Amino acid sequence: MNEDVRLGLVVSGSLSEGVAVRLDSKASVEDVVVGRYVTIEGKSRRFLGMITDVKLDASDERMTFAPPDPGDTFSAEILSGTSAYGLLTVTPYLVIGGDSKAVVEGPQPVKTIPSHFSPVGLSSDSDIELVFGKEDDKRFWIGNPLDMETKLCLNLPELVKRSNGIFGKSGTGKTFLTRILLIGMLQKSACVNLVFDMHSEYGWEGSSEKGRKVKALKQLFPTKVSIFSLDEENARRRQVSTDFIVKIGYDEIEPEDMALLRQTLNLTDLAVEACFTLRKHFGRNWIKSTLEIDAGEESEELLKSLTIHESSFQSLKRGLGTITRLSFMQPHVEQRAVDFVLKYLQQGTNVVLEFGRYTDITAYILVANLLTRRIYSQYRDQTEKALAEDTKPPAPLVITIEEAHKFLNPEVASQTIFGTIAREMRKYNCTLLVIDQRPSGIDSEVMSQLGTKITCLLDNEKDIDSVLAGISGKNELKGVLAKLASKQQALVFGHAVPMPVAFSPREYGSRESYKDFTPAETSPREVEKNIDELWR
Amino acid sequence: MNETSQRLGEVIEASTTGFTAQCYELYDLPPLGSLVRTGDSTNGLFAVVCHAVTEGLEPGRKPIARGKDEPDEESIFQSNPQLSKLLRSEFSTLVVGHRKGGRILQYLPPQPARIHSFVHACTAEESKDFGRTFGFLNILLNAKIETPADELIAATLRIMGASYADPRPFLIGAGKELASLLGEDYGKLKAILERIKP
Repeated sequence: MNEDVRLGLVVSGSLSEGVAVRLDSKASVEDVVVGRYVTIEGKSRRFLGMITDVKLDASDERMTFAPPDPGDTFSAEILSGTSAYGLLTVTPYLVIGGDSKAVVEGPQPVKTIPSHFSPVGLSSDSDIELVFGKEDDKRFWIGNPLDMETKLCLNLPELVKRSNGIFGKSGTGKTFLTRILLIGMLQKSACVNLVFDMHSEYGWEGSSEKGRKVKALKQLFPTKVSIFSLDEENARRRQVSTDFIVKIGYDEIEPEDMALLRQTLNLTDLAVEACFTLRKHFGRNWIKSTLEIDAGEESEELLKSLTIHESSFQSLKRGLGTITRLSFMQPHVEQRAVDFVLKYLQQGTNVVLEFGRYTDITAYILVANLLTRRIYSQYRDQTEKALAEDTKPPAPLVITIEEAHKFLNPEVASQTIFGTIAREMRKYNCTLLVIDQRPSGIDSEVMSQLGTKITCLLDNEKDIDSVLAGISGKNELKGVLAKLASKQQALVFGHAVPMPVAFSPREYGSRESYKDFTPAETSPREVEKNIDELWR
Repeated sequence: MNETSQRLGEVIEASTTGFTAQCYELYDLPPLGSLVRTGDSTNGLFAVVCHAVTEGLEPGRKPIARGKDEPDEESIFQSNPQLSKLLRSEFSTLVVGHRKGGRILQYLPPQPARIHSFVHACTAEESKDFGRTFGFLNILLNAKIETPADELIAATLRIMGASYADPRPFLIGAGKELASLLGEDYGKLKAILERIKP
């Protein structure tokens, strides 16, 4: 604890509701903010906790009826901190034992609370560093705890072992945060990323709210990232060098993919059923064949024999029509995108799939689901094979999806591959990074399986509830979450962090920030020297 | 001690919690709430003047009005020089601490004052020494005396404060101590603060 910033003393409390800290008369309530870390010096151990509530209290309630005159600074000075005082609610999260064994073990989750009258002070930078670790080859600096200089570092190999989520209202900085996290994964986690980039902002460049262009992954790490695009024309117009133009053949679409599009294409249940029947009847080319069925006696008989009702068939045909009108859809494709994605991923190259002008959710769901299903099954096979043969499993894969509530809402979560990945997690070395602005729309079963959640400001009660579901001290964190600034502040909690922490993400977008992200490059002079040596 | 402390009178009645002293001169009473002491700089008692009385020497005999034909009050005493010997001024005090081997202790002494001990007014220096801690406030607050406790405390603090060039820090410190003692009784606290405001 930093002696200069002593706040007060523990006066009451419980493990479930947090401890009450009475502020010293010298400390002002106006200087303490929710979300800040405090250190409590117990008798034999130190506790680390977060301020979750601030309150004004008076020993005699008559004071609230007859307060001293506003001009009476003398009485005000005497009363503040004595009869009228500030109370903090601090939720303890970690305990650091006093003996040598505890020092080796590091901070542990709390199972008790500090004793009466333990002094409480703002946590020093070294306390925070002890908990979150220093920046090293595994830990990545994502930002700074609120009002602190210390670097908040995440253990990325640990993070990618589970599926994770980034949430926040529109315009709160989700995209910037995701970009930072993706860069971190790229550098430190030994995993490969597949990003379904709906608005084309992770691959080449994005823009800030002020309209300034910011570099994205490919510009910072040209050798480690490839950009796939669904929309060649759009990519050309934006002068983005793409590595592969994705085309999808009708024959790559399975009835399961259609089931997922039921809502967006407005298909009836029977129409979805019909897909399975038609697939069975026509085989791989079922879409093409279905579209070729015209009105006529022959067709009627065919439908009859397949027990497909005319209206269901029309509904399905309309839906298929919408899909096939997407210009990246072609009857047959020689170079299957999924094979290329897999090839790149296996080489350790990260893939960003840009959707260009196809920001329509139908295209996004269709392509993301289609590719992920194949990739996941390949990964499963490879992992199982590696297990059986005792060889090295494939590198962990992190799939980033936006608008996640469309894939993971309670109605479709059980059907989509994303639901399966979120639930089965890391068994097959494949996890999700879910980005969404309406977490309440995501199936609660999936939400509960997300390892680490990073959330920017949310103000809808339902969304807050769903993000914080199942976490201890939920009510206290709710206050912290609701009070985050509308920009560039976030709360992270879950598997990868020992305790929840409110932080402001590190800067992204300036020239200096890029330098920090990219590993130090060799200077031109050094390059010349190296070349000289080579020729010698 | 640079200043010499003024001798006020002698103890004529003593108990554990306080003593009564008679002044050498009629009406030569210390102000209400002033800090007095017995003993010397190593051992002795500290007390706060809480009550004072001037009356005739003989309990049963009341003074009578004598000034009918006199032009002013002063003349009564000039015409009746015996009066200043027949009347006496006494003050009662509350013991608020004692000095043992030079150390000031703000709780009741093991023994009461001795009869005929000399009573001195405390100098500014002694008053400052004594006012370094505020344990005496609790004794004053809980005393069972005629004078209202808030009046007495306010008077004591005003007088003690006067020994500082800037009394505000001292008064704020004392006020905070009172605030913690009177946490449940805001009315009384407010009354005292109103009276000691610099």
